[in-house]
Amino acid sequence: MIHVNNLKKEFPNLIAVNDVSITINKGDKVVIVGPSGSGKSTFLRCLNLLEAPTSGEIKFEGQVITDPKTNINAVRLKMGMVFQQFNLFPHLTVRKNITLVPVKLKLQTQKEADETADKLLKRVGLFEKADSYPGQLSGGQKQRIAIVRALATNPDVMLFDEPTSALDPEMVGEVLNVMKELAADGMTMVVVTHEMGFAREVGTRVLFMDEGKIIEDAPPEEFFANPKSPRLKDFLSKVL
Amino acid sequence: MFDSLWNEINRNLIAEDRWLYLLKGLGVTLQISFFAIILGSIIGVVIAFMKMSNTKVFGCRIFDKIASIYVTIIRGTPLVTQLLIIYFVIFASVDIDKVIVAIIAFGLNSGAYVSEIIRAGILAVDKGQMEAGRSLGFNYAKTMIYIIMPQAIKNIIPTLANEFIVLIKETAIVGYIALEDLTKVGDVIRSRTYSALVPLVTVAIVYLLVTGLLAKIFALIERRLRIGDTR
Repeated sequence: MIHVNNLKKEFPNLIAVNDVSITINKGDKVVIVGPSGSGKSTFLRCLNLLEAPTSGEIKFEGQVITDPKTNINAVRLKMGMVFQQFNLFPHLTVRKNITLVPVKLKLQTQKEADETADKLLKRVGLFEKADSYPGQLSGGQKQRIAIVRALATNPDVMLFDEPTSALDPEMVGEVLNVMKELAADGMTMVVVTHEMGFAREVGTRVLFMDEGKIIEDAPPEEFFANPKSPRLKDFLSKVL
Repeated sequence: MFDSLWNEINRNLIAEDRWLYLLKGLGVTLQISFFAIILGSIIGVVIAFMKMSNTKVFGCRIFDKIASIYVTIIRGTPLVTQLLIIYFVIFASVDIDKVIVAIIAFGLNSGAYVSEIIRAGILAVDKGQMEAGRSLGFNYAKTMIYIIMPQAIKNIIPTLANEFIVLIKETAIVGYIALEDLTKVGDVIRSRTYSALVPLVTVAIVYLLVTGLLAKIFALIERRLRIGDTR
């Protein structure tokens, strides 16, 4: 579904992603872990070109999205993204947050979009918040809305950039539960996180990134029980 | 004492229909202000987006450069000088209504300040908002229109009100090109009646009423925009 070939992202004085190649298949739940500054968020943001790669190629559903001729906006409709800071639109109600893009891009009428939004909101237990503004919600509620918003265009893959890192501890669970349900429904997911429990429980593959490279790529059982590289052993000994 | 004040008012405002003369002056001031605000806003939007544009010609952000030079010149020279140059140099050999000259001068001047106000208002919106809009499938323009601008406008409106009030007051210098605006008219009355208090204070009060009204309108707009805002 996603093929990444020799992806490189350089910033001035820093190589954030260094020659990464990986294939992500339909239904995969890829969890990326690693120390901060290891390039995992940058890698994730390259997948939908929020960061423009310096070099390399990314293919999504057979389309080379790093080709400048590709309409990246159309591609992004099929790639949902959830941010650490939620990034809800503060000037719009929850329902409008969810329906804005499908309606303005004429993918759905306002009525259809409202129905989709209400259905999704019920699924995450926030239907009664449909007419609230983001400023009136807790962090956990905001992030669940952000997930719903990303789902509104019916994406084929969901990208999560540290979705629980900005949350109070007691709200982490409610967001992870929504993500688990999503995983159980068969959604293809790429998740950058520090939640090792989530990686172990939901991930079908766990990636360890360090200094811009993928050092280890293994199913969770093997990843946690039998780490191969000394750097991963060192990392796990600190976080587990 | 009240008798003498009444006498003064009578002599300066009522005799020879001087209040009508003042009203005409106010008309000129309002005309210049109104159209200069519109012109300034249009120029301001264009310059703001030029400054934020990344389009490169010969490896140089050409629009940004032009806009920067414009803002530097306008901000770095006195408005009176600009007005005089536009009237006596640029339109020297053209027969043109002085009111239009004033509108152009104040519009050009205000545009530079408005552009900075708009730019600052847009830059103050969290950059995550642009990323969220783009990640959902909006292009740059749609993200700007539906997500960034509605938030930026709340940052822009209060400062913009300030700029427009400054503009209205600064039109008082059009006497330099012999336009009879409110200030000039007040001064003419003073020179005819040899009394300064009543005509000049009247002029000041009229300015205060106009700018006060404008501030009130903007305060109302601001309140409307804040509905639903619980940040």
